[in-house]
Amino acid sequence: MRTLQGVRNLDKLLEFAPLLGRGVLVTVGVAVLALVLATALGALGAAAKLSRNLIFNWVAQVYTTIVRGVPDLVLILLIYFGGQRLLNTVVQSFDGGYVEISKFWAGVISIGFIYGAYLTETFRGAYMTVPKGQAEAAKSMGMRPLPVLWTVLLPQIMRFALPGYGNVWMVLVKSTAVVSVIGLEDLVGLADKAGKATRAPFLFFVAVILVYLAITWVSQLALKYADERANRGQTA
Amino acid sequence: MNFDLVFKHWDLFLGGVWVTLHLTVIALALGMLIALPASLSMARNTRFSPLARGYVYVFRGTPLLVQTYLIYYGLGQFELVRDSFAWPLLREAWWCAVIAFSLNSGAYTAEILRGAIKTTPKGEIEGAMALGLSGRQVTWLVLMPSAMRRALPQYGNEVVFMLHGTVVASVITIQDILGVGRTVNAKYYIAYEGFLSAAALYMIITFVVVRLFRLVEQRYLKHLNLENVSARKSDSETGEVPVAVPAMR
Repeated sequence: MRTLQGVRNLDKLLEFAPLLGRGVLVTVGVAVLALVLATALGALGAAAKLSRNLIFNWVAQVYTTIVRGVPDLVLILLIYFGGQRLLNTVVQSFDGGYVEISKFWAGVISIGFIYGAYLTETFRGAYMTVPKGQAEAAKSMGMRPLPVLWTVLLPQIMRFALPGYGNVWMVLVKSTAVVSVIGLEDLVGLADKAGKATRAPFLFFVAVILVYLAITWVSQLALKYADERANRGQTA
Repeated sequence: MNFDLVFKHWDLFLGGVWVTLHLTVIALALGMLIALPASLSMARNTRFSPLARGYVYVFRGTPLLVQTYLIYYGLGQFELVRDSFAWPLLREAWWCAVIAFSLNSGAYTAEILRGAIKTTPKGEIEGAMALGLSGRQVTWLVLMPSAMRRALPQYGNEVVFMLHGTVVASVITIQDILGVGRTVNAKYYIAYEGFLSAAALYMIITFVVVRLFRLVEQRYLKHLNLENVSARKSDSETGEVPVAVPAMR
């Protein structure tokens, strides 16, 4: 009897497999787009923190301080519900329509915003690890500032930033689970629904855990490869 | 924006702060109880180390939210669990949160301690053994105190991340800080005030925790002469603790 029920449960999992597959796509989609946004924000933030402009310094400092002080879910809810209200107030003052932020993009923007702050620190640290002499030498050869940054500093910054970048990615992927709280049908949201519909929530959440472990595992392999590649020619 | 409603319900928020702190402290304490044996067995390759490694890998590799769901919604699926003595506990959101957060914190703490144990200078152990200390004495009087000191900065991060992790409790109906913020928002149909107040409270607590750890570090890591430690060099101009993005959740 026990085994019979076990088999029936696996049937449920198979039945919902296509649905869960879509959830995986949403999860990975949110994660990848958020990483792109976070990378852009991180680069801007690092540049602002490293610049001599005091206003830029201050803005970047406020940005990283807020993100480090506030839990991810609070920021997501604030951006989703607060942003919705704000946007509608603005739009209504023009022509009075109703705009709805998509849950997907609210998730991407929130997560990207959060991890942009962590990448700001990663990139800043990586920039400061590059020996000063590198830029000075390039300048003394007559290179203009932009080529110095692009061809001399950036490849080295990328190498130094890689471990931290990989770490942020792993954390970011897990963080996307929280987006299901605003009702996005990502892997977690769909598994929750399927679990409730079939009255087998344990089964579905174990499946979710396995998917996240698989993502972590693949990411680790990819990072190891990237790290080896970035450090080729370096004596350990 | 109208914060009168928030001030009108200051007692709810105060209760929320208590719940959040309570959850954080219990999870950290139970997590430490799990982490001590787990980290030792991982660092020493004992019989149990595969088990400890598996535990740490699973709990660090998956979202806290899913772990909490699995315990809160998942376990009730089994009649065996529903009939067991533990059901009165597992039925309650509070205990499910405590269990999930403790297991999660235990995994992160174990990994932090494992690293710290691994970097113990050999001479410390050899010195202790030369003085005739027994194996157990070496572990608990020399190895662990030394490792825990070195783990302090990272453990401070873990504390902050556990504090932030407790927001998951609000998703399973617990009235922690965020839970209260959501309740107040829903009650008056407002969008920002509850969340903004919650955000401010979390921020204040976070900075108090960070400050406290800075003080504790100054006391217990004095011998490292922090200004000269290379890991902190990059931040010496700003005088700020470097955030090398620790193992977060």
